[in-house]
Amino acid sequence: MSNGTTEQVQQKSQKTVKKLLLIVFAMFGFGFAMVPLYDVFCDITGLNGKTSDTAASYDVDGVDTKRIVKVQFISRTAKGIPWKFEPMINEISVHPGEMKLVKFYAKNISTTDIVGQAVPSVSPGKAAIYFHKIECFCFNNQPLKANEDVEMALQFYVDPELPEEVSTLTLSYTLYDVTASVGP
Amino acid sequence: MTTEAIHDSHHDEHHDHKMTGLKRWLYTTNHKDIGTLYLWFSFIMFLTGGVMALVIRAELFQPGLQIVEPDFFNQMTTVHGLIMVFGAIMPAFTGLANWMLPMMVGAPDMALPRLNNWSFWILPFAFSILLSSFFMESGAPNFGWTFYAPLSTTYSNGSTAFFVFAVHIMGISSIMGAINIVVTIMNMRAPGMTYMKMPLFVWTFFITAYLLIAVMPVLAGTVTMVLTDTYFGTSFFDAAGGGDPVMFQHIFWFFGHPEVYIMILPAFGIVSTTIPAFSRKKLFGYSSMVYATASIAFLSFIVWAHHMFTTGMPLFGELFFMYCTMLIAVPTGVKVFNWAATMWRGAITFETSMLFSIAFVILFTIGGFSGLMLAMTPVDFQYHDTYFVVAHFHYVLVTGALFSIYAGAYYWLPKWTGHMYNDTLSKWHFWCSLISVNLLFFPMHFLGLAGMPRRIPDYALQFADFNKWVSIGGFAFGISQLIFLVLVIKCIRGGEKAPAKPWEGAEGLEWTVPSPAPYHTFEKPPKID
Repeated sequence: MSNGTTEQVQQKSQKTVKKLLLIVFAMFGFGFAMVPLYDVFCDITGLNGKTSDTAASYDVDGVDTKRIVKVQFISRTAKGIPWKFEPMINEISVHPGEMKLVKFYAKNISTTDIVGQAVPSVSPGKAAIYFHKIECFCFNNQPLKANEDVEMALQFYVDPELPEEVSTLTLSYTLYDVTASVGP
Repeated sequence: MTTEAIHDSHHDEHHDHKMTGLKRWLYTTNHKDIGTLYLWFSFIMFLTGGVMALVIRAELFQPGLQIVEPDFFNQMTTVHGLIMVFGAIMPAFTGLANWMLPMMVGAPDMALPRLNNWSFWILPFAFSILLSSFFMESGAPNFGWTFYAPLSTTYSNGSTAFFVFAVHIMGISSIMGAINIVVTIMNMRAPGMTYMKMPLFVWTFFITAYLLIAVMPVLAGTVTMVLTDTYFGTSFFDAAGGGDPVMFQHIFWFFGHPEVYIMILPAFGIVSTTIPAFSRKKLFGYSSMVYATASIAFLSFIVWAHHMFTTGMPLFGELFFMYCTMLIAVPTGVKVFNWAATMWRGAITFETSMLFSIAFVILFTIGGFSGLMLAMTPVDFQYHDTYFVVAHFHYVLVTGALFSIYAGAYYWLPKWTGHMYNDTLSKWHFWCSLISVNLLFFPMHFLGLAGMPRRIPDYALQFADFNKWVSIGGFAFGISQLIFLVLVIKCIRGGEKAPAKPWEGAEGLEWTVPSPAPYHTFEKPPKID
């Protein structure tokens, strides 16, 4: 309330303005802070089908031979990358805790050198944290010269802690052209 | 004695010193002038965005492509949305706030008059930038007003930079306007006016301003990320670089949901002013209205993902956002029942302002109900991205926000112009608008339930009949708004002289000053008891 002189009101107003500006800048920062927060949140909860982008170590006590989990592999190329990219085996049955090695085939069918990057996603999303990759071509980008092809390895195991109701996992890879950002 | 005398003569000079012509409007720091500028600007933008809506409706009059190319159609839906949200509804509310807030709290002006001038005058530049993109070879933004990545990044038609800088400027303008409103309300109230004695209109703008300060910076951040993703090789929303397009939706709707309350809370404030005035009763449940407004504002921060039910959220997330969303119906219901209780056994007269207010209560409630339907996760999968959503948000924004603005405009026009408006014209405006707006938006519910997707230039044959009626309603509604333009111009030019308080039941400090309100009011604060 303006119980005071104009100067007092002005002083009070300036204080309020400063406080409000602080909120403005804090919220601008918060917008950007949501980017790492989102990643951390998805990492912890495994939401969004995001799998870890670093190699897992193999530590399980025993293979659960009573249970069989179907793991399906699908692949797609993003718009604008002239590569052939597909799993060499479409489906595999594993026991939780059992280590498996599968291969993906990639071929650059263009006449230019291109660097590709595969980005994985697991469905159902809640199973993502139970899918462990020991070795994966998705950990690094993959340069291919014109017409060159390659077989890329994926070594993984499914965690025995995988919830009972999940009997099928689908691992999907999308291949992107990242030549522009890493250089050929 | 001497100093006082000098002070007085200085004051008199100040009174007479009013620049003329264009300079008066360019340099003005007077809250009434700036309010007028805001209101005219918003009306011009309303007509601009309206013409785009008519292009959309003309194309959809019949199935098949007749008038525009699909890409131009997308530009129309995008820019129509942006203009109506940021150019029409929000500036209209800021205009009302500028005109009325200082008078309602008994202050001589807004607390930061120069900032006020600045926050208005950057707006025309923002919209010039946005509209200028129509003249580029590739056209205006075509990715929807929600500018989802990667539509606005990877697949942008090259208009993203125009869009981003326009939104930045609009955001800065809104933030400055909001800061001004908060500072004015906190520091400039007349002695004796405690917070709980403020008119509810003031309360709703106070809370809305806080919402703006909290979320407009987040929008600024989002568009900045879109900008750097598009032009500077970052990958906030690009999966190839480790980003995530779904994250765009989270950040955008963290802004976007409070934004819808930014557009409706001031409407609550307006009808909470007009309904008691024309019912000749005090507002029922004043303090519950204040708390309901504050609860809605709080809840608006934790419901954003109900716009994203179909993105594949975990069940827990869907339940959380569903229940939180439905919770908003409680404080909103409190408001609707309070308005009904205010009218109950009141001595009601149906001036045009009251007609718009009653229409607001009923039609906004319809929009609220369709909102509740959309809040339910399982059925949202059917309604998502259909015309049902279009019907829902047009009910809350057109018959909600816009009707409340009309209610406010008819209520305060005599105070602004000093003349009574032409009553016959105003009734024509109301009834034409009411009938056409329902013809325009009600059938959209059925179209949506039947599966017609939104944002498409062509549709399956079975939707043809409803679309024809919707388009007829659209054109009728558009033309009806010109009645208002004529009415306002006539009212400014002349008409019956308005008394200081033309409405018998009106309350508030603004009615204690003559009509039209003098250039300077309340230089000595009034006493409130």
